[in-house]
Amino acid sequence: MNKKKHDLIFWLFLAPAITAFLMVIIIPFLMGIFYSLTDWTSRPQPDGLQFVGLQNFIDSLQDPSFIYSFILTFLYTFINMFLINVVAFGLALLVTAKLKFKNIYRAGFFLPNLVGGLILGYIWQFIFNIVIPNLPIISAIYPAVAEPANLMLANRNSAVMAIVIAGSWQYSGYIMMIYIAAILSVPEELFEAAKIDGASSFRKLLHITVPMTAQAFTITLFLTLIQSFKQFDVNVSLTGGGPSTAFAGKFMRGTELLALDIYNTAFTSNSLAQSQARSVIFFIVLVIISMIQVRQNKRKEVEL
Amino acid sequence: MKEIKNGNRLVIEIITAILFLIFLFPIFIVLLNAGKDPFSITSNPLSLPDDWFQVFRNMKIIWLDPNLRYGSSFFSSIIITVFSLLLIVLVAGQAAWVLVRTKTKLSQIIFFVFVAAMVIPFQIVMLPLVSWFRIVAKATGFQLLRTYPGMILSYVGFGLSLSLFMFHGFIKGIPFELEEAAIIDGCAKWEVFYKIIFPLLKPITATVLVLNGIWIWNDYLLPLLILGKGNRIQTVPLAVANYAGAYVKQWDLILTAVLLAMIPVIILFLFLQRYIIKGMVAGSIK
Repeated sequence: MNKKKHDLIFWLFLAPAITAFLMVIIIPFLMGIFYSLTDWTSRPQPDGLQFVGLQNFIDSLQDPSFIYSFILTFLYTFINMFLINVVAFGLALLVTAKLKFKNIYRAGFFLPNLVGGLILGYIWQFIFNIVIPNLPIISAIYPAVAEPANLMLANRNSAVMAIVIAGSWQYSGYIMMIYIAAILSVPEELFEAAKIDGASSFRKLLHITVPMTAQAFTITLFLTLIQSFKQFDVNVSLTGGGPSTAFAGKFMRGTELLALDIYNTAFTSNSLAQSQARSVIFFIVLVIISMIQVRQNKRKEVEL
Repeated sequence: MKEIKNGNRLVIEIITAILFLIFLFPIFIVLLNAGKDPFSITSNPLSLPDDWFQVFRNMKIIWLDPNLRYGSSFFSSIIITVFSLLLIVLVAGQAAWVLVRTKTKLSQIIFFVFVAAMVIPFQIVMLPLVSWFRIVAKATGFQLLRTYPGMILSYVGFGLSLSLFMFHGFIKGIPFELEEAAIIDGCAKWEVFYKIIFPLLKPITATVLVLNGIWIWNDYLLPLLILGKGNRIQTVPLAVANYAGAYVKQWDLILTAVLLAMIPVIILFLFLQRYIIKGMVAGSIK
């Protein structure tokens, strides 16, 4: 068989994939970049679209609510990445110790990952709004917990933390599985040698487990970064963007992450072109962060 | 980590068990409160339900609710998930195979474009996708918005990149001699894939099915845009979101709806636990 030919089978086998890909990704992607340079709105436009250059980008970058969402998303991503990875690595260390029920624990920690982000947001909304204020133990220590103004979702900072908690609950079990695979692949001899040298558990962790699992960190940090940066479902069902907060002299939705801001710009404010410009900026940032992250981690692996 | 004294191991076991319970606490909360009336939820969310059959009555209310249409949503979710998965596996599998076995610049470029597209966030495509589907309908009369074909096509498109990438990596490891032998025995080229290669892809196919299946079943934004609100066809997450939006304070019923949405995935997980975990983790490491 000639391995170097584009025969009929080559094109026939590729055709469905290329068709679906063009229809769903490539054409809309190119249209999306084009729309970001026009005055596209959801109102009827009898004169057709007008080309406006980079106006949408300039407007977006001058809109406090976009800037706010941007800063918030970076903060959220940072806290979320930190929490997920600490929890996941900790859990992985626990369940790779020789425990009796380790398989049940692993399955349990992983389970939240199967619950969809939207559904999960409702569960946590219930916990923050109903369960916590009505728990006798908590109200005994802190009687004002049930007052509407003290609810976790009623204040901006604690509401952001609520999204972090719900998001971490969903994702740490998944990241834990990757750490487990990495920890189990560390050669047993290293630990034995360290034991003979009289190393403490903590030193073994710091000088054997962590460096030997460095490669896993490349994957997990990257995955959690992307996952946090794109957070949408939990944001919608847990806080819906609220409560409102003041920023740059204006009131805006206090927990509106970038993905939700892009969505609301399109469907609440009806400025489709604006929303499109924001998503192009979102895309560019995502590409840059991903590239830096991968490069940084590659370098770290070599050093260790 | 490996050589732990017995006393220490007991401590670790207890700590892990407590963390395990904390992790599953939200699920218990749903189970406990789905079968209560609204008053006893707020009086003590941790108490056991007075009447264990209340949860089934609540489920019946949810199932029969004309606004939620849980039964038909469940059916639509199954159709969409099953057909999307079937197509993703076939379309990505055969494309990956010809891309591996044809060693040309063009084939490399096509593969690169498919993989590079993984960076494209959904937000940049979502609005133009809807307007593009509208243009297609106007030009050809083929309705993609608010229909099954449009929804399934979208999932195939969005699921392709990762699936093709995973199949590609796996097929590279299959020796080419196997195919040569088949060709010598008089096998046509398309038969080589479907009769010889495809059965060998089982492990990676399982991974692709699990990864895409969980994503499609739980997905909210894509069905919201393609199927829209108030459509005859709606998925379970859409139904739950509409319901929770309409009955804001009725936590007993919202939690029952949430429980019904979680049950199928949790049951599947209990049976296929090992495959699901292996599949999802393998998918990320590739």
